[in-house]
Amino acid sequence: MLRFFLRRVTLILPTFIGVTLASFLLIHAVPGDPIEVRVGEHGIAPERLAALRHEFGLDQPLWKQFLDYETQLATGHLGTSTVTHAPVWDEFLSLFPATVELGVCAMIFALCIGLPLGVIAAVRRGTAFDYGLMGISVTGASMPIFWWGLMVILIFSVTLGWTPVSGRVSDMFYVEPWSGFMLIDAWYSDDEGAVRSALSHLVLPTIVLGTIPLATIARMTRSAMLEVLGEDFIRTARAKGLSPGRVVVVHALRNALIPVVTVVGLQVGSLLGGAILTETIFAWPGVGHWLVEAIQRRDYPVLQGGTLLIAVLVMAVNLGVDVTYGFLNPRIRR
Amino acid sequence: MKSTRSLLAAAAAIGLLAASAPAQAKTLVYCSEGSPENFNPMINTTGTTFNANRPVYGRLVDFKPGTTEVEAGLAEKWTVSEDSKTFTFNLRKNAKWHSNKNFKPTRGFNADDVIFSFERQWKDENPYHKVSGGGYDYFADMSMPSLLESITKIDDYTVKFVLKKPQAPFLANLAMDFAAIQSKEYADTLTKLGKPELIDQEPIGTGPFEFVTYVRDANIRFKRFEAFYGTKARVDTLVYSINKDPAVRLAKLRANECQISFGPLPADLPSIKADKNLVLLQQSGLNIGYLALNNLKPPFTDVRVRQAINMAIDKKAILDAVYQGAGTPAKNLIPPTLWSYNTKVEDYKYDPAAAKKLLAEAGFPDGFETDLWAMPVQRPYNPDARRVGELMQSDLAKVGIKTKIVSYEWGEYRKRVQNGEHGMAQLGWTGDNGDPDNFFVPLAGCASSRIGGGSASKFCNKEFEALIQKASEITNQSERAKLYEQAQVIMHREAPFFLIAHSVVFVPMRTNVTGFKMSPLGTFEFTNVDLK
Repeated sequence: MLRFFLRRVTLILPTFIGVTLASFLLIHAVPGDPIEVRVGEHGIAPERLAALRHEFGLDQPLWKQFLDYETQLATGHLGTSTVTHAPVWDEFLSLFPATVELGVCAMIFALCIGLPLGVIAAVRRGTAFDYGLMGISVTGASMPIFWWGLMVILIFSVTLGWTPVSGRVSDMFYVEPWSGFMLIDAWYSDDEGAVRSALSHLVLPTIVLGTIPLATIARMTRSAMLEVLGEDFIRTARAKGLSPGRVVVVHALRNALIPVVTVVGLQVGSLLGGAILTETIFAWPGVGHWLVEAIQRRDYPVLQGGTLLIAVLVMAVNLGVDVTYGFLNPRIRR
Repeated sequence: MKSTRSLLAAAAAIGLLAASAPAQAKTLVYCSEGSPENFNPMINTTGTTFNANRPVYGRLVDFKPGTTEVEAGLAEKWTVSEDSKTFTFNLRKNAKWHSNKNFKPTRGFNADDVIFSFERQWKDENPYHKVSGGGYDYFADMSMPSLLESITKIDDYTVKFVLKKPQAPFLANLAMDFAAIQSKEYADTLTKLGKPELIDQEPIGTGPFEFVTYVRDANIRFKRFEAFYGTKARVDTLVYSINKDPAVRLAKLRANECQISFGPLPADLPSIKADKNLVLLQQSGLNIGYLALNNLKPPFTDVRVRQAINMAIDKKAILDAVYQGAGTPAKNLIPPTLWSYNTKVEDYKYDPAAAKKLLAEAGFPDGFETDLWAMPVQRPYNPDARRVGELMQSDLAKVGIKTKIVSYEWGEYRKRVQNGEHGMAQLGWTGDNGDPDNFFVPLAGCASSRIGGGSASKFCNKEFEALIQKASEITNQSERAKLYEQAQVIMHREAPFFLIAHSVVFVPMRTNVTGFKMSPLGTFEFTNVDLK
């Protein structure tokens, strides 16, 4: 087991370097100098431009900038933002809880709806419900998030006025940001109604971000269930005279859940990717929104640091999934 | 009878309760357009950051709300020496500092704070000079390092600024956001705590609102500063709700999630005007969008060619098609809200036949070929330079001038224009301090017309230069205004630009908002704003 774990960890290192190199090259391929892009009609004095370029190491050859960046990372520093001058790590930490909160809610939403739908579709295989559901789930999985987000805002916030347009909580409430998780902070705040407000702000972004995982989970559950429902032990259970509900929920679903759990683990990456768009549409002050702003401002340290931290997170989750799987299924350890 | 008595007692009790209950706290929410870089206007140059800092910081002098006139701020009064080189400020004795978890002030505002705030920007040896990146672009842009001779503390409440040469706009410069006054005692406290960078993240000022919290990309929260020296703010809490998308800002305003909002989309203006819950304020922006004709490059060295171009382009068509009501036609380099604007100047009429005649006189009966540059970015004074360029191109073709539209990435564009590589280039300017000098000198002064200088027209006219130089050295405003009015007549005659438009700035707000005044400088002030 230890050898398996070490092998997995060793594989992380090249991935890590690959991610830093890819993010570094892609960011530098975007036209526009990070200093000059922020200068207005006043222009900038050549000495000042040179001093700023020197301060952020932009006057060095590209390979040297990359090496310096890797060395800086090796000493545990992600650098400071060229715009706010605050450490990238501090900014990430202050925004990450918002992304986690949205991601967790989206996943709960996807599981609560996706699992039962998948089960029902499998049980009623070949019916109109099954075909309809699978059709909708293909649509859901292939729907562009930005379009879907704007549609739900237009319908539920602007036309019907049921939900707030954007943000995490109404600006009328003062919520001390001590944990960074709005639902928890609102719970402990003095303002009555803050929790309700935080919940109402979560509804639309959760639906939008949870749609793709929901579709994937529903399809995965359906196919896993179909496989399990054809097994001998299910026939035996039915022959024993167990109620259909018990057969499906206790015997079939529990076995079908194994591949579904793996899919859920792998959805973390796509959730973080989707969060970038969802947060931008709903002005959700999380890591995704922060990265989009950084692209517009050519804030290299934030872009590189933020991409790296997200990549590390996805790698860690994947490692966790691998190790858990290895623990559960000794055959793959070899 | 008994029941009547109980009812009366209950009514009295309710009345007493109502009388003793505190008035409901008022919260004003402003839908702002972006996150500030941090909380120090000295080291930033964006309007977003300036607006976010306005509630907190005080300055020696201020712009009177809704105008560009200078009034007393943290300095109660001031005197200017006869040679206009020495400014002596008498400071307020009743201005107090805000407090926060790291800082409880032991003294009020005094001369040490003024010296600290200017030396932080000016002197390398100031311990805070390098904090938060240490670039003081506005301080440099307003030529303060080359202008200041000394800043001296005469006593705790008197400070003397000595300049190397007379400079009339100096006072207006001190009302600008970069001239904010920070607390020296707070700086010293943070040094002892080993957290100097907090000075620009958890601001302490003397302004009408105290900073409470900032959640990046979400909101900034302020509360009324009860010990403010002037008229206290009318609302208890002020919130800047940050929304980059203008459509989202408008949706929030309609839903009463905010009461005042930053600029809407031009397409939304009719529906805002039609909404009975909203009021739409508008004002000409302190800016100018223009097409600069490179006065160093033939054929634009000939004044007849420049005048012909001014007659060949249909300005109204551009305003109708591109600005869509969000612009006013420009005939002078300065906007009409600025003092010394010469109303008597008459703009060139759109007259292709007269333009053709002038071109023939200049030796171009069949026109000529040149380039027409269009910025790649949207600016407040020009919403779509490419489209403006296309309209100009088609108008110029009618008088025989064939143009090729050229564009570069923004940084590169600005640099090449400064180097005078263009024939004709669109660009513009947004005023900083409400002084005409801030338009004429950088855009049409001889010093900026050198290759690499800021002027896109490269215009350098001795008669014009003498007037604007003289106006910058005297302090009497009415005398200065006369000189600038003459300068505008010369500029009209010489036609170094085709002046396009001044943008119109819109501020939508709910009908229950009172006391809000639009500033010609584009700043948002909430001290006098109340909710009905």
